[in-house]
Amino acid sequence: MSDYASRSESGYQLGAMDRKLIKLTQSGLPLVSKPYHALAEQLGISADEVQARFRRMLDYGVIRRIAAVPNHYRLGFRANGMTVWNVPDERVSELGAQIGDLEFVSHCYHRPRHLPDWPYNLFAMVHGGNPEDVQDHIQAIADLIGEDNHGSDVLYSTRILKKTGLRLTN
Amino acid sequence: MHAMPVETAPVELDAIDRRIINRLQDGMPVCDEPYLHIANELAISEADLLQRLQAMLDNKILSRFGPMFHAERLGGGLALAAMRIPEEEFDQIAAQVNQLPEIAHNYERNHEFNMWFVIATEQLDDINAVVSRIENLTGFPVYNMPKIEEYYVGLRFPV
Repeated sequence: MSDYASRSESGYQLGAMDRKLIKLTQSGLPLVSKPYHALAEQLGISADEVQARFRRMLDYGVIRRIAAVPNHYRLGFRANGMTVWNVPDERVSELGAQIGDLEFVSHCYHRPRHLPDWPYNLFAMVHGGNPEDVQDHIQAIADLIGEDNHGSDVLYSTRILKKTGLRLTN
Repeated sequence: MHAMPVETAPVELDAIDRRIINRLQDGMPVCDEPYLHIANELAISEADLLQRLQAMLDNKILSRFGPMFHAERLGGGLALAAMRIPEEEFDQIAAQVNQLPEIAHNYERNHEFNMWFVIATEQLDDINAVVSRIENLTGFPVYNMPKIEEYYVGLRFPV
């Protein structure tokens, strides 16, 4: 592995040792009392250095958090709709922040329109136990957007065509 | 909706499992003994916490436990893109798109825009080249929808 560092959008220089740590923990953090010591041993560095690198990646947002990712299907959230909204561009940041705060929304983004085919500029992934829940959630978002709502749609996935994890090739 | 695989069937969790899931969706601190820290917060033993986490991973109640990486901040490019494919050509086009290693996920959705995939590249500037390759390969336009701004990414299902 080369020792080059790539500059990311956060401005953080990801070094070779960071990449090794990322590769080692892509499938998860070791489930042992001292997980950072276990990683340190594998890499031949100190546990303090491992923790310092993780803290730095957290500070720069390279790592969002060290957390559990539930399988929402197994937890009964079986209806997952991608809702898309056409709102005025000058209101999208404020509305996006409010929609992103809703508990049933897992992802919320401003994305480009492709007029005239695709008029929607705000995407929110909504989760519920059944399609009726999702309809209630959509109504809650529509109420929040109010008169700035110039059209919306909901897309349900019908088939997974491909799914791969995060890839880190060097 | 299509038939669900067995591992996606809902399961029952006990109260302690629920507290663990709810607590650990928010993130675990980086310290020498982080599981002990969380176990103390939840008033259970560290051994119980580790055993339950392993069991929930084995049962696929949790997809993953560990660092959640921010893909773009690892230095590469990432974009959501969509296509409108006639039904009779859908499977063939899906195979053409999926053969590209830069396609991370691809979903069929019940909409005129019926194919939605994520393009992940090592270099930020490579997204447009992949879009062009797909258009040349398939003969259909690709609607590139990279995020302009992100408001929230996470799963915090209260269980």
